[in-house]
Amino acid sequence: MWENIKNSVIEIGEIARFFIRFFREFFRKGYEFREMLRQCFFLGYKSLGLVAITGFIIGLVITIQSRPTLIKFGAEAWLPGMISVSLVREIVPVITALICAGKIGSGIGAELGSMKVTEQIDAMEVSGTNPFKYLVVTRVTAVTFMVPLLVVFADAISLYGGYLGVNLRGAISWDLYWTQVMESLSFGDIIPSISKTFFFGFAIGIISCYKGYTTQHGTEGVGRSANAAVVVSSLMVFVLDLVAVQITDLLQLI
Amino acid sequence: MSLKTGYGTETETSETVIYLENLCKSFGENHVLRNFNLRLNKGENIVILGRSGSGKSVLIKCIIGLIKPDSGIIRVLQQDMSGIGLRELDQIRSRVGFLFQSNALYDSMTVRENLEFPLRRHRREMSEEEVARLVEEALTNVGLPHTINMMPSELSGGMRKRIALARTLILKPEIILYDEPTTGLDPITAGEISDLMIELGKKYHTSSIIISHDMHCVKKVAEKIVMLIEGKCYQEGTYEQLKASENEAVRKFFES
Repeated sequence: MWENIKNSVIEIGEIARFFIRFFREFFRKGYEFREMLRQCFFLGYKSLGLVAITGFIIGLVITIQSRPTLIKFGAEAWLPGMISVSLVREIVPVITALICAGKIGSGIGAELGSMKVTEQIDAMEVSGTNPFKYLVVTRVTAVTFMVPLLVVFADAISLYGGYLGVNLRGAISWDLYWTQVMESLSFGDIIPSISKTFFFGFAIGIISCYKGYTTQHGTEGVGRSANAAVVVSSLMVFVLDLVAVQITDLLQLI
Repeated sequence: MSLKTGYGTETETSETVIYLENLCKSFGENHVLRNFNLRLNKGENIVILGRSGSGKSVLIKCIIGLIKPDSGIIRVLQQDMSGIGLRELDQIRSRVGFLFQSNALYDSMTVRENLEFPLRRHRREMSEEEVARLVEEALTNVGLPHTINMMPSELSGGMRKRIALARTLILKPEIILYDEPTTGLDPITAGEISDLMIELGKKYHTSSIIISHDMHCVKKVAEKIVMLIEGKCYQEGTYEQLKASENEAVRKFFES
């Protein structure tokens, strides 16, 4: 028990050091811009399909499930407005971040972990490259900017799923649906929702990189790092979501 | 050369390319290196022999600056490695090659990109044509020019070792540190790699420190063998001298 607490405290300290090192290296001269663009392609573009399918299904399912309740209150006409607020404010950012934590987090954790145990990180260092800057800074930056873009994309796809969902049992024109969606959404819905996804992306990137970069105990450790990257970053997404909703509430944007 | 037991402080000459004095490194209670001394002269091939976990890999990682020693002096190509700046360290590393035990080829890059990586990092001013020429030359040296567009996962163990050797040699280093170059290879491939090390060493006039357990490789490449036992230079001499040693701890290596 005491040993577990001690190890947890040590790990928090190590993450804090890693976090500080990230900012120190980020502002140090000599940015690996090409590698960052490559990571944006692999981490962002390659996740588009998964995010699109998830967003579409979520939009469709939420619409279908919300309809009976609204019919009970005779408020079926509010369906586009209600689902748009639910999707854009909460459901799509969190679901997309969790998808990214699973796909990107495990990928980074396993990739950096295997690089660590097969001495590729050491090889990079002796090749005149700062491995932290080349591997960590580029990946964390790429994830931080790609998750918000993926969320915006998933928002659009999920709203399209919502349009199809409304039309499954009812009938609404394309123009009327989008007019109702846009009328229900304000900047107070969109800005906090997009802003928090930068933090989701950063948390996924930094935690996954930390887990991968500090892998120990051979190939067994690689599996553990990939697993821990997903679990801890998914948990952090919920913690940050809770913090974000408190801040939004304080700023009276709800 | 006479057989020496123990190792006093050696004097450094203008021919010395690596000089270690009283090197100490511990991991907690595990004292891996205890006042280790070594001198590698230009053109010399020294094999470090010792049991698994005796600190051989730690020793060469200290030399290249991947691990910081607790105390002692490390001078590489007349440059003191303690308190060295990043720029100077990179300059030294561009003159010292390191062949990793696990080859350390970048899995996400092709053979060409693997070989280009150190060139683009250490020789930023080099033209595309020059980079392409050096990559081709390095692959021809190891007899694998056809693998240029292959991924490391498509190569056999021996081919990966050759590519790793090509990557180590592409910067034409003055010193090469080999970390168990023949481990995990079949005897024929291991023999080929040993021959390649000798051939390329002669071609590029390199000096080297080789860590190996493979006694066939040791016999072929070593001009001098240093026994690393209990963190110290226990004994040094040629292959034949150490084989005939009266010390049991030393002789055991040659009996197996």
